[in-house]
Amino acid sequence: MGAPAETTALLATPFGGPLWRRKAVNWAMTALIVAAFAVALIPLFSLLFEVVKRGVPGLSWEFFTTSPRGVIGGGGAAHAIVGTVVITAVTAAISVPIGIMAAIYLTEYGGRGRLRRALTFFVDVMTGIPSIVAGLFAFALFALFLGPGIRLGLMGSVALSVLMIPIVIRTSEEVLKIVPNNLREASYALGTSKWRTIVKVVLPTAFAGLLTGVMIAVARIVGETAPLLVTTGVVDSINSNPFEGRMQNLAVYAYSEYRTPGVMKQASYDRAWAAALTLIAIVMILNLAARFVYRRYRTEIR
Amino acid sequence: MELPNAIGTPLKAGSRRAWGDRVFSNLAVAAGVTILALLAGVALFLLIESLPAVSASSSELPGGKSLVDYIAPLAFGTVLAATIAVAIAVPLAIAVALFISHIAPRRIVFALGFLVDLLAAIPSIVYGLWGIFVLGPAAVPVMEWLEAKLGFIPFFEGPASATGRTMLVAGLVLTVMILPIVSAVAREVFSQTPRKLQEGALALGATRWEMIKMTVLPFGKSSIISGAMLGLGRALGETMAVTIILSVSGGVTFNLISQANPSTIAANIALNFPESSGLAVNTLIASGLVLFAITLVTNLGARAIVARQNIQ
Repeated sequence: MGAPAETTALLATPFGGPLWRRKAVNWAMTALIVAAFAVALIPLFSLLFEVVKRGVPGLSWEFFTTSPRGVIGGGGAAHAIVGTVVITAVTAAISVPIGIMAAIYLTEYGGRGRLRRALTFFVDVMTGIPSIVAGLFAFALFALFLGPGIRLGLMGSVALSVLMIPIVIRTSEEVLKIVPNNLREASYALGTSKWRTIVKVVLPTAFAGLLTGVMIAVARIVGETAPLLVTTGVVDSINSNPFEGRMQNLAVYAYSEYRTPGVMKQASYDRAWAAALTLIAIVMILNLAARFVYRRYRTEIR
Repeated sequence: MELPNAIGTPLKAGSRRAWGDRVFSNLAVAAGVTILALLAGVALFLLIESLPAVSASSSELPGGKSLVDYIAPLAFGTVLAATIAVAIAVPLAIAVALFISHIAPRRIVFALGFLVDLLAAIPSIVYGLWGIFVLGPAAVPVMEWLEAKLGFIPFFEGPASATGRTMLVAGLVLTVMILPIVSAVAREVFSQTPRKLQEGALALGATRWEMIKMTVLPFGKSSIISGAMLGLGRALGETMAVTIILSVSGGVTFNLISQANPSTIAANIALNFPESSGLAVNTLIASGLVLFAITLVTNLGARAIVARQNIQ
């Protein structure tokens, strides 16, 4: 009925105006997009430049090998480095098995059941938990049983696990999903049981991807400050036992050197920047290594 | 997934194989249940630890104010800072996503994506230090200009801060922090715009911008909205950058460039928690619970939008 009129309208509307104007608009919008992209990258370059410029003066042999215990207004970050390593290792030890097993459940066992749907939904919810809330949760959990003054490395690890588990599940699930079904079926056809198929066929095929996911997840939590501020406390001496006493780490160290500088203010700020530089270096190395592992060792899946 | 049953059925119960299968599948289920329990635990323990603050009379709470009066200005500050961040980040993120998906030469797309992802990987404490030592001082002349020229708008009423520790600077740092998240979501969907739509538009004689306006942007509309809400959720809960940058006075104001700013829930916890004890701790945990609820609603909204898009 109205078809001819509609067709004319359709043909007329999309490209109104003379050609030179349309070309000018096209050019202007392209320039705008390129400019916006450039603007978005300015902070990145400024930040990297400043962190290196301000961080390098604070780096020294002393920075990596001594703690501020018994030194007035000085010392290094050895206690924070030890703490970062211990807290991150314990977090990974909690999160990786739970995360990968849950991903195996989702891809291999879940089917379309209710637990599967609930898990998918709540992992999404978990991804959105603010890091400070994760810290408060760990505090509330331990304070309820051990009293409100409690500060432990382990509490920090529990808080960070809340943040790390959903990342591990997400990445592992993606990787397990792309393991081709005919590999599983070939294994079943040889009479292999399901769990041996998963352990001997599915996991090795997905190994590089799983490792990549874990490294990226570690990179994401290694620089967390807020949850550790409320759970592991601030301390001057080296402590490598997550089950006893306060524990320092690099991010909180950077914060407290900034917040409560010593008598020599600039020296404290130098140390804060040095800690920031160390953190960024760790994060970058983890990210680059993850990419390398994935490209070098992933099983070719055709 | 029917095959394993075909092989599995003839096995006698109690054989080693069936036993291994049962243990392994129970482990997998246990991991899933653990995660659900963990999440329930987050809500439960925060609730338990904030109850004393709810039942206490207002004279016992920090500042002698009722719980609602204590949290409301903080919630206002939280939403204000996050709103600034989203308002600036979304247009920028759309441009970044379009640049990577449709304008940049194919060869460098991978490297560009890596650069943007790098922004997301930088720890928030580093953003905080950068904000207070670099961006803040650099923003002072800009804020003085805003006060002089645009002072009639309530946002720029001033007096402009001389240190740069303002809501505007905090919002700008949050912008940089959420930009990669918003643009990653948008980029993903932009690059999935059906080729036939794009080529159809070009075949009709559209310029590249007209093609983007007619096909890519309408196709990616809901992804932009959900990306913005994910970014909002992130900005609401961001702690360290705001803690370091913002100079707080506790009042409620829309003035973005002065020295007196409302704090945010997360920054307030980070500032006061280490030195608090007793009911003050319970009060802070109650405010954390409110933050949890706000981000939860935001994120669920984002998921709902994505889900509706997937059905269509």
